[in-house]
Amino acid sequence: MSFWEEFIAYLMRGWIMTVELLALSIPLSILLGLALATARVYGNKVVSLIAAGFVALLRGLPLVVTLLIVFFALPRIGLYFDPFWSAVIAFIMCSGAYQSEYVRAAIQSIDVGQSLAAQALGMTKLQEVVHIILPQAFRRALPGISNEIIYLILYSSLAYIIGVQEIFATAKHFNSLQFRPIEIFSTTALIYAFMATVATFFFKKLEERLKIPGLEIV
Amino acid sequence: MVSVVDYVPYILEGVLWTLGLVGGGLLIGFIVGLPSAIAQVYGHRFLKIMVEVYAWFFRSVPLLVLLFLFYWGIFPALGFKLDPLTCSILVLGIRSGAYQSQIFRGAITSVGEGQYIAARTLGMSKMRAIYHIVLPQALRISIPGWANEYAIILKDSAICFTLGVMEILTRTRYVVMATLEPLIPYFIAGALFIVLTYSGTKILNTIYDKLKIPGLIWRM
Repeated sequence: MSFWEEFIAYLMRGWIMTVELLALSIPLSILLGLALATARVYGNKVVSLIAAGFVALLRGLPLVVTLLIVFFALPRIGLYFDPFWSAVIAFIMCSGAYQSEYVRAAIQSIDVGQSLAAQALGMTKLQEVVHIILPQAFRRALPGISNEIIYLILYSSLAYIIGVQEIFATAKHFNSLQFRPIEIFSTTALIYAFMATVATFFFKKLEERLKIPGLEIV
Repeated sequence: MVSVVDYVPYILEGVLWTLGLVGGGLLIGFIVGLPSAIAQVYGHRFLKIMVEVYAWFFRSVPLLVLLFLFYWGIFPALGFKLDPLTCSILVLGIRSGAYQSQIFRGAITSVGEGQYIAARTLGMSKMRAIYHIVLPQALRISIPGWANEYAIILKDSAICFTLGVMEILTRTRYVVMATLEPLIPYFIAGALFIVLTYSGTKILNTIYDKLKIPGLIWRM
């Protein structure tokens, strides 16, 4: 097999793993971001303090350190995850924490009138948050959320550190066999750049699709 | 049995290396990023496209891939045999330049064209108008974005452990290997990064408040 044929086969294998990592991490991190933000704004004192502490902690730690703690340190207190799930858990926690900041700011930017109107219609607090506040806040937070997700796509390469066979890991392994670092790592770089660019484009389209006329005026 | 007291100084020494990575990276990023931003706003079309491609590439590729590409591929091919620390600082810097160019571009744009036009009307050259009128305002505006960039590059510097730079995380991993005890060393490393993140951001925000020009800030 030629260099490139073999290399593409390696990359494909890794790329599928990267996509699996992201397919789990992205939706769950969005959910965590929404949950953390909601907890901070609407939770009682204890809940909101815990959520704020969690966010401050995860935003202060480098993702590599979070990853290593989840994979190597947590087993010491009885929590075992395999490399794949350790990576997914670390990604969800880290990205969710960052995203929650955008969602929180967006929730706080929604006009009080919306909340009062919902109450006047007899909605419960939960109905109000789920049906009135969050759909608007999500739209306003979307540019920030999509930024964080693009970061997540790039930082998913860190999963290689704990032994997940994602695209960077397979590229690095292939380089140790062939030692042609320029071809191997620049191709890997372009694949990531391609994924990030496609994601940017996708989120721009999504923002346009979800746009509600009048909402963007803060 | 190794006690915590034995290895804490060893990990703490890594703080200096981490700060070296961060300081060097931010400085190179500034040197690359500011002219890039000026070129992107005031430059010719060709220059604009070049800066855009540069900023796009370095913002769309993971640091991990860049480190390996430059350390094993590009620098040796160009004939430079760089040690891990120098290579890491350069890569962090060139990449930070791409992010910083976006921060400065945003700040320059927010100063407003009127300021620039007024300076030109007063007979200032293009360079003088940018240097004396636009930049003093734009740089002040960009400090919060820059504080953010500090926090990002600080956390990214941990990734340089993959090249074996003796920063906090590399040392922590050595300690874990030597003691076979992951819990406490990793928590110490985590605590150090948290302290560095929040204290650095705090310092930069204080500088921002000190340099504030009344009336300039509210416009943004």
